[in-house]
Amino acid sequence: MVFEYAPAPESTKIINLKSNYELFIGGKFVKSKAGSNYKTINPATEEVLSEIVEASEKDVDEAVKAARKAFKSWSKLPGSERGKYLYRLARIIQERSRELAVLESMNNGKPIRESRDIDIPLVAAHFFHYAGWADKLDYAGLGKNPQPLGVAGQIIPWNFPLLMLAWKIAPALAAGNTVVLKPAETTPLTALLFAEICQQAELPDGVVNIITGAGQTGKFLVEHPDVNKVAFTGSTEVGRLIAQTVAGTNKKVTLELGGKAANIVFDDAAMDQAVEGVVNGIFFNQGHVCCAGSRLLLQESISDEFLNLLYERMKTLRLGDPLDKNTDIGAINSAAQLAKIKELTNAGKSEGAEMWSAPCEIPTKGFWFAPTVFTNVSLSHRIAREEIFGPVLSVLTFRTPDEAIEKANNTPFGLSAGIWTEKGSRILEVAHRLRAGVVWANTFNKFDPTSPFGGYKESGYGREGGRHGLEAYLKAGK
Amino acid sequence: MSNIDVKRTAKLFIGGAFPRSESGRTYEAKDKNKNFVANVALASRKDGRDAVVAARSAFAKWSEATAYNRAQVLYRVSEIMQGRREQFVEELSLWSKTKKQAENEVDEAINRMVWFAGWADKVAMVTGSNNPVAGPFFDFSIPEPTGVVAAIAPEDSALLGLVETIASIVVSGNTVIVIASESQPLPSVSLAEVIATSDVPGGVINILTGSYKEIAPWLASHQDVNALDLTGVDKKQIALELEKEAAINLKRVLRPNTKLDGLARIKVFLETKTVWHPRGF
Repeated sequence: MVFEYAPAPESTKIINLKSNYELFIGGKFVKSKAGSNYKTINPATEEVLSEIVEASEKDVDEAVKAARKAFKSWSKLPGSERGKYLYRLARIIQERSRELAVLESMNNGKPIRESRDIDIPLVAAHFFHYAGWADKLDYAGLGKNPQPLGVAGQIIPWNFPLLMLAWKIAPALAAGNTVVLKPAETTPLTALLFAEICQQAELPDGVVNIITGAGQTGKFLVEHPDVNKVAFTGSTEVGRLIAQTVAGTNKKVTLELGGKAANIVFDDAAMDQAVEGVVNGIFFNQGHVCCAGSRLLLQESISDEFLNLLYERMKTLRLGDPLDKNTDIGAINSAAQLAKIKELTNAGKSEGAEMWSAPCEIPTKGFWFAPTVFTNVSLSHRIAREEIFGPVLSVLTFRTPDEAIEKANNTPFGLSAGIWTEKGSRILEVAHRLRAGVVWANTFNKFDPTSPFGGYKESGYGREGGRHGLEAYLKAGK
Repeated sequence: MSNIDVKRTAKLFIGGAFPRSESGRTYEAKDKNKNFVANVALASRKDGRDAVVAARSAFAKWSEATAYNRAQVLYRVSEIMQGRREQFVEELSLWSKTKKQAENEVDEAINRMVWFAGWADKVAMVTGSNNPVAGPFFDFSIPEPTGVVAAIAPEDSALLGLVETIASIVVSGNTVIVIASESQPLPSVSLAEVIATSDVPGGVINILTGSYKEIAPWLASHQDVNALDLTGVDKKQIALELEKEAAINLKRVLRPNTKLDGLARIKVFLETKTVWHPRGF
């Protein structure tokens, strides 16, 4: 059965974009000292949305100075007062959620259904959760009167631009730190809108500073001697460089890096639910998810049946305009990311795996990749080892639970994993033996501000969310 | 006729056995008056790697042991230490200013071992959480050991510092390769003998004597080591280089001079695992 849908695009009238944006330093938008400009686009149409500054070393220094200056009073403000500012931010985000969702989808390419129902509500929830922590730090597990670290340099990725901002800024501010945050090169717009929200909330100047730019700007921030804390979400490759850069300093670091999660389906799983879970696990946000279930481990006895159901389900996925409320799969975030996905899928083909893609029309403009499944994959294939960060699923099979666990753990990553079975004791045993920071059983890709998130092994260290996330921004009291 | 003492050969402790260094090397340990004390095994790069293999193979069983069991095993270590109190005092006295100081350190070390043993079945209660997520899910976070840890024990706290290092790492289920005090190695050799007779499975605790400057770089860059404890590194430049090496596989690093102790120290070598499951009929 095929359902025909009429187009149902979300209006962009709510968005009031400026033709160019300056840097947000010390509570004001200020001109760059020496930076150059670049254009940020809509990846679904390749239209230019605005012109953005690539912040220079001098700009980074100004931002750190502003944060340092603000730290003196912000850290001394009673926690209850800091909390009230965070509650204000949470409320304004809720009030302006439609605007934020539309802008997020325009700049990132993700379906409006996701930015509206998942990203932005979680952003508000995150600020709301940490607002309540600000005056309860004595209960964070670090003894009486724990202290903030100082100025936090925070670098976030392009896959969940505003959500990653919330994960970084909310706990940092609750704990009494001030921040300099660099959004990803390709997705700066919601962070700049958030800067306006900070102004609306009358957040004291310099508590939050937003500097835009690419890797070089991030490097200046990590290397800045007056930064006390570095928080990074992104690739394992860059995470390694950051770990090397801060070696020998007193900078505290948390890293949330890549993943290659196994999503394990046992023969007794509820099949339809598991199919939905696998689809959500890898095709949510075009697979631009560090914890994506990119390796499907199927018990051999149900492999054919499951794959048929999966293909049938994938044929109904709707790829296209991210702003259309019926869209399931939006645009790939950038030309560079699309090239990377193509490189790895080509490697998959040339290494002997079989590729199947859902039949869907690819728009003529923008960056797109159809939902894709590889079968006949072996553990040594690049598509089974490297993070593709796209809508590409690699399927492996297993016979026994031990074999599934062995294969699932056979990766340098350890961010997340999924288990599908109706047997409770099996869930607990497999969850126990998987070396991964987040295990979803009979569900996948669920997030919550109260739930600690982060990886084992080369997926990084430190946790974000809940009480654990607070520890990343505090030191034991004096 | 006087009886001739049987002198002990000071060896390494790897995988529950007492090998000499595979390199065949030893170094002379001298007491505080520069008098010869013993020829001590000078561990090599290969000994370090052998110790990593031993620690890795011991990890599955030790991390799977019940917390109650780990607590009892570590408590057993303190029992055997108590029985050897005089020997530890004698050895520490070779380097301490007074005998009283040595006695205090030994007593404190035994007490510390008892204290850490008691943490085994409490760490998860104190560091775990039940997460009230906004949806119909049961969601909890529990601590798990990070894996194989390489540690450089303090140079000037040859027993107490060593006990703190080892106990804080293994109590949660990690296994350890520890480089003992180079200048005051005898207490570490005796502690190895205590451990060997205390129901600690072979490979859970591996003790190397020698120079951390020589061995630590190989452990810091080792792909099968998950964390690095730099507490005993007294040279800034070396600490920096070791931390850089550790980035190769993103080891968790405890820097020198953090003065972390107790539970804060245990937490450095823990991972947090969060598990979600839907509720429903």
